[in-house]
Amino acid sequence: MTLMKNVLALRQKKAIVEKGGGDKAIEKQIAMGKMTARDRILAILDIDSFHEYDLFVQHEERNFGMDGKELAGDGVITGTGTINGAPVCIYAQDFTVMGGSLGLKHARKITKIMDHALKLKIPCIGINDSGGARIQEGIGALAGYGEIFYRNTMASGVIPQISVILGPCAGGAVYSPALTDFVFVVENISKMFITGPNVIETVLGEKISQEDLGGARVHAEITGNAHFYALSEMECFQQIKDLISLIPHSNERRAEAIAPRKPKSKKNIEKIIPIDPKQPYDVRDIIQTLTDNSDFLEVHQLWAANIVVGFGRMEGETVGFVANQPLYLAGCLDCDSSDKAARFIRFCDAFNIPIITLEDMPGYLPGVDQEHAGVIRHGAKVLYAYSEAIVPKITIILRKAYGGGYIAMNSRHLGADFTFAWPSAEIAVMGPEGAANIIFRKEIMEAEDENAMRQKKVQEYIDKFANPYVAASKGYIDGVIEPAETRELLLHALNVSKNKEDYRPKKKHGIPPF
Amino acid sequence: MEKPKNEYVDFAVTARKYKTLLTEKYRHRAVWTNPSAYEVHSFIPGTIIEISVKEGNVVEEGTPLLILEAMKMQNRIEMPFTAKIKKIHVKTGQKIAKGTLMVELYQAEEDTKK
Repeated sequence: MTLMKNVLALRQKKAIVEKGGGDKAIEKQIAMGKMTARDRILAILDIDSFHEYDLFVQHEERNFGMDGKELAGDGVITGTGTINGAPVCIYAQDFTVMGGSLGLKHARKITKIMDHALKLKIPCIGINDSGGARIQEGIGALAGYGEIFYRNTMASGVIPQISVILGPCAGGAVYSPALTDFVFVVENISKMFITGPNVIETVLGEKISQEDLGGARVHAEITGNAHFYALSEMECFQQIKDLISLIPHSNERRAEAIAPRKPKSKKNIEKIIPIDPKQPYDVRDIIQTLTDNSDFLEVHQLWAANIVVGFGRMEGETVGFVANQPLYLAGCLDCDSSDKAARFIRFCDAFNIPIITLEDMPGYLPGVDQEHAGVIRHGAKVLYAYSEAIVPKITIILRKAYGGGYIAMNSRHLGADFTFAWPSAEIAVMGPEGAANIIFRKEIMEAEDENAMRQKKVQEYIDKFANPYVAASKGYIDGVIEPAETRELLLHALNVSKNKEDYRPKKKHGIPPF
Repeated sequence: MEKPKNEYVDFAVTARKYKTLLTEKYRHRAVWTNPSAYEVHSFIPGTIIEISVKEGNVVEEGTPLLILEAMKMQNRIEMPFTAKIKKIHVKTGQKIAKGTLMVELYQAEEDTKK
């Protein structure tokens, strides 16, 4: 009988803490268009799979009126659960509890669940909705942040780490998401910045809204800090579920395969690409003719749109796609698109996901802004990431493969396992116009009709070199293939490289051009 | 998947022009201009707390021009070379952004031409 009394007492205690900051604070949270921390966790995880830990943890601050002040769960909910059956660790900051502010115990709950994730070898999902450091706790809060960053770094490349920004995430707090693999943002809800509008106004007198400074769209399109952008929290949660289903639990495993499906796209792969190399098309149409069910989960969809990266399945197995996008900036490589591709390649390599590269690019983006922004060191990241990767690497050259871009986009010379070219491929040191102008400079200048001679020489160069057969004759590409054969060939290449082994010199770690 | 909203342009990469769309970020990129040695720009956002020269003064290289307080640090901005002060574009107490033109200079020879 007495035990029942204890159980009832427990239930009562739990009910109070599970209310977070109380009815009034919850009302306010909902009025801001936001879900509560608990509802968010329940919406992401499979029904009835969430198990919470450290519900009764309390802060130990005694100064600034904090003595005796009870904060439900110290402002953060932590636990484990499953997403479509896949186990995950998860935490959500609770904005209704003292603005979700981070104190030492709040941080220790987070680091504890991160430690779990690292030992259990399962992904860790963090939902950020916090006003920042709990000022009353002073340096204790800073210590807390530091301990989180350290674990983000230790877990990097071992387990997938996902950050979901569903409220403010400002100052030092932004660095945990920045250290994780994928950052999700939601329109009107996510706000990320190092120094907020108030400080900027005080220092500069410049007025800018939180949304314009560090809203969801800004990070999804301009800064590249966010990988996935959604218009609502529910759309965001669906993106998280889709991503989790495509990636492995840890670096020691492969992503779970599902039943193979045929591509759904009815587009004729031979008709997507215009024959004129100067005309654009959407390379995602090509990807959709290749993947199972034509599904493609694009990462960084809005940022650096001149390259496309993302996950799809082939015969049920996850593959990563890196594809030049002629639709934007002619598909040139630049600072941002190099960062985007390099980072994605490193994720795939760390988590045993084969990489398929679709190439159609005229070179690097010309411009003073690019040169001064360091396109050399940024561009080098692509070379580094491809060379370093030991997962199966396959390249299909669709059309243009000129100069440095040809080398960078997973060429044989950087260790590609298979490279194929469509008959429309132009593998050359530069575009025909540029090359003819240099090689035949004298003939063109001495001709009576310069333009006619230039045209003639350009055509000569196109006939001789703007094709895949020169590269094929040297064995730099493994074959020239018909576009319609692409999927079958990729499936075969992936199949035969399943047990690929490759070795790198022993080292502590490389020094990529960060 | 987003439908492209903007217009196709002819985009020159080396000697060839490609039909393509521009990204928002590309369209808003800063266009480079050749910096003039006779213009002193702020290297950091901050507040002008003191101006120690006047327009028309001949100022020796290394002499303090003004103090720009930024991030709780008082930065002394010095004369880059000996020249005359043509125009001072800022006032004491003014908050300025990074890259703001603060002082314009000219050489004494220019003086005679005027």
